[in-house]
Amino acid sequence: MSIKFQKVSYVYSQGSPLEKKGLDNVSFELKDNSFTAIIGHTGSGKSTLMQHFNALLKPTSGQIEIAGSLITPETTDKHLKKLRRHVSLVFQFPETQLFENTVLDDIAFGPKNFGYDSEKAKASAQRWLDRVGLPKDIANRSPFELSGGQMRRVAIAGVLAYEPEILCLDEPGVGLDPRARAKMMQLFFEYQKAGHTIILVTHNMDDVAEYADDVLVMEKGRLIKHDVPQKIFNDRSWLKKHYLDEPRASLFASQLTNYTFTDLPLTKKELIAGIKYNLRK
Amino acid sequence: MNKILIGRYIAGDSIVYKMDPRGKLVATILFIFVIFLANNPATYAILTIFSLVAVAATKLNGKVFWDGVKPIIWLILFTSLLQLFFTVGGKVYWQWMMLAVSSYGIINAIYIFIRFTLIVLISTVMTVTTMPLEIADAIEWLLTPLKLFKVPVDKIALVMSIALRFVPTLFDQTFKIMNAQRARGADFNNGGLITRAKAITPLLVPLFISSLETAIDLATAMESRGYRGDQGRTRYRILQWSLYDLINLVYFIILVILLLIFRTH
Repeated sequence: MSIKFQKVSYVYSQGSPLEKKGLDNVSFELKDNSFTAIIGHTGSGKSTLMQHFNALLKPTSGQIEIAGSLITPETTDKHLKKLRRHVSLVFQFPETQLFENTVLDDIAFGPKNFGYDSEKAKASAQRWLDRVGLPKDIANRSPFELSGGQMRRVAIAGVLAYEPEILCLDEPGVGLDPRARAKMMQLFFEYQKAGHTIILVTHNMDDVAEYADDVLVMEKGRLIKHDVPQKIFNDRSWLKKHYLDEPRASLFASQLTNYTFTDLPLTKKELIAGIKYNLRK
Repeated sequence: MNKILIGRYIAGDSIVYKMDPRGKLVATILFIFVIFLANNPATYAILTIFSLVAVAATKLNGKVFWDGVKPIIWLILFTSLLQLFFTVGGKVYWQWMMLAVSSYGIINAIYIFIRFTLIVLISTVMTVTTMPLEIADAIEWLLTPLKLFKVPVDKIALVMSIALRFVPTLFDQTFKIMNAQRARGADFNNGGLITRAKAITPLLVPLFISSLETAIDLATAMESRGYRGDQGRTRYRILQWSLYDLINLVYFIILVILLLIFRTH
């Protein structure tokens, strides 16, 4: 049940004077239970690509196989609920989607929509409230009384509460303090290890290095590279040419001119190990 | 929703674009009155020709204007049909109970059809070639005399430009929230009337909240940049009459004179 894009193109407001190309002939395949990062410039088509995963946008041409569904330009809205049960999408600043009177009801909104009975939805909401690290006593408070970071966690709990197999995240850590960020990324990492697939759109290369095992690089609506992080970050001149950053660890390693590294260190852990090895020599 | 053309500006670079928005706005409003001067085939022909020249002067794709007419084509046809069947007088061609097709009816139906279409065309010419902010400036200028009656024209103008500025932002926000709720299973398009009305709560509540938050943030930001809402504020966008507006004016006057000459008294 892998994710397969075949020659997918998308054009915004086709046929109108404001026509604009969003995706251009994108093809790739992602494995189950992988952690994929999508990187690239602002306006490179990352978010457009993301909205194809659960058919919020349907391709203008090409086809997508995902979670047992086939999406083509002719797909109707009728059968998409089944797909959205399995593929969920967390938008940037998801706290703007909160609307219920209590935190618990808001988290239970998704599960209820996907056919959980009220009891089961509540139980699942309670469980995920706990998993995202929020105290139990806020369950019956209004989501609008919470801080920005807490609201973000409520929103994310609301998406995880029906445990989608594929979770797509658009910059989930933006605007959070460093500790909350790290906790959240850890949560997603654990979710992936529990047997789910994660697709992450991000500008943060440290996150890519730390968590991803597969990277898609977008530019001007085209997929320009699809590889493992090690290979992507190894080619420094290529990164520079496409205005991409590299992780802080590899940047630091590049300054240590008289050190030798067998593999380019991408994370703090690898960097420390590399430095230790060099010092011991 | 991408198909709605009202309030949509399409970039271009023809003579109509260079005209002053005040001139265009006034001409458009007056046009709606002037159109009633026409009362015979000759005057309707003049009106149609003048309007089509104005449309051509924008140098935009004709499809843009068809998009402008399309949403209300049914209203236009419905009104024309009513005229066709319910006007009495002249030679009667066909009759069935109250319905009758007469020579007067046919002529009236055609007139109404032309009138409606021209009004839509001319207002499309204005909205498509004028940026919303320019329109707001033009309205402010038109309202200026009301200052004599203590109407806070400056504040109304500010409200208008802020409102216009946030229309696209709110649209984006609406789509974003809709998509986010769809992603967790909300369904906006199916079910009966009540189900659909209920389904809109997850959209409206966040939208209201984010608008209020935006308003508070914006007010603070404006105050911190020295806005006090008092008199003595200067303006940056200054509208300027140019030669193109003279063309606009002369063109309009010629139209009115021709209509006055050729209309039957």
